[in-house]
Amino acid sequence: MTADTQFFWDGVKKHRLLIQRCTACRTLRHPPRPMCPTCHALAWDTVEASGRGTVYSFVIPRHPPLPWFPEPYVVALVELDEGTRLVTNLVGIPHDAVTMGMKVRVRYEHFDDDLVLPMFTPEDAP
Amino acid sequence: MSDANLSGRAAIAGIGQTEFSKESGRTELQLACESVLAAVRDAGLEPGDVDGLVTFTMDTSEEMEVARNLGMREVRFFSRVSYGGGASAATIAHAAMAVAAGMADVVVSYRAFNERSGNRFGNMSGRVGVLPLWLSWYAPYGLMTPAAWVALYARPYMERYGVTNADFGRIAVVDRSHAATNPDAWFYERPITLEDHQSSRWIVEPVLRLLDCCQESDGGVAIVVTSAERARDLPQPPAIVTAAAQGATFDGETMTSYYKDDLDGLPEMGVVGRTLWEQSALTPADVSTAFLYDHFTPFVLMQLEELGFCARGEAKDWATIERLSIGGELPINTSGGLLGEAYIHGMNGITEVVRQIRGTAVNQVADVEHALVTAGTGVPTSGLILSKL
Ligand SMILES: [Zn+2]
Repeated sequence: MTADTQFFWDGVKKHRLLIQRCTACRTLRHPPRPMCPTCHALAWDTVEASGRGTVYSFVIPRHPPLPWFPEPYVVALVELDEGTRLVTNLVGIPHDAVTMGMKVRVRYEHFDDDLVLPMFTPEDAP
Repeated sequence: MSDANLSGRAAIAGIGQTEFSKESGRTELQLACESVLAAVRDAGLEPGDVDGLVTFTMDTSEEMEVARNLGMREVRFFSRVSYGGGASAATIAHAAMAVAAGMADVVVSYRAFNERSGNRFGNMSGRVGVLPLWLSWYAPYGLMTPAAWVALYARPYMERYGVTNADFGRIAVVDRSHAATNPDAWFYERPITLEDHQSSRWIVEPVLRLLDCCQESDGGVAIVVTSAERARDLPQPPAIVTAAAQGATFDGETMTSYYKDDLDGLPEMGVVGRTLWEQSALTPADVSTAFLYDHFTPFVLMQLEELGFCARGEAKDWATIERLSIGGELPINTSGGLLGEAYIHGMNGITEVVRQIRGTAVNQVADVEHALVTAGTGVPTSGLILSKL
């Protein structure tokens, strides 16, 4: 974590999915970085994402198995409705039921030592 | 073509390598020194003639250690290229530029590692606590290996163009059939069938099976670059550097460029391809054989499209086993590729293309005038067109 990315993880701890926004031209960007590539402004703030998006890509890593992951697990690239993409896990759905373009929404998963990760689940999941 | 063009100014005059293995039993520095000496001798030169060195940022053998071991007296040019395997062809580009600009007379590019017996890529066990920043977006989600990074990138391409894992299998079959007749290849005399490919286990479902992933190897490769003029007077038939290019594009990362507008190709290789064709004034039809970096098979199909051998989305139909094999329209990876021969970070692709130009390859393509070689893909990358004198 650096000064450029701290806000994202602080937001996640409060169950807020924040996207960096250039205050000059309003372009959103992820992953966070210090300069706006569109207008080169250094000033930025954040907007809270709706937490809704679609599955742009997903895979099921099989080998090597990772001891701290159940098998199988789904790694997805989710495109948020706001337009930026992020890598995440899909949860609350069998791995063989996931489809490309599926609508998903954020769900916050808590782990030991204070770690909170934004993951995604089908839009219509309970 | 302007006077500033690099085309035709430099040539590869020597190539050298160690054996390729799974456990070299010696240090990476020793592998580097052995391969550099072999390349210099192949060029008919002495180490004292070498005044430039280029390698990968990832290489552990310091230029000055290589120079000290080889007894090089005065080194006038040294540079390193970043982005892993994306550096391979670029090390020749840097060497050729140095020669063309008069910075050095004889430059050796080298890469040596114990990638199998030493520090394996994708093995994070030694890195906990010092994860690079970019990885912090992926590691918590179990996206930890080069295979997984590549697979997540390749999936939208498959979806858009109706490409399946079976389409990738043809690349593996071609590479392994070429390796089967190359005594230097790890998979010498071990060809595979499409059925073997389809029954190999998933590494990252539904993109990569075991036989889509290149092997891991120990070994070293070195390549001597000098002026085209000087190369003419040396013992080996020169491989003229007709074009050399590097490429990177907006919103890329090292191997996780998931934020570009459309993930339906390898735009970095598109930059490299356009530069190569422009610099050389050649077209894909002029190329007799190509070594397309094959760490993972999906990116070979995408490279065919980015380099203009076929249109976007058409590689799955264009890339037939017949077309890509010896005797076909574009034989690729004639040494067996990184999948079949060895994974020396792409440098063994350049040496193979040099052998094709010289006419000394074990799987020789007839009448090679021009050959193309690419560097690692899914990363900022590079490429070369080499030609007969
Ligand atoms: Zn801006």
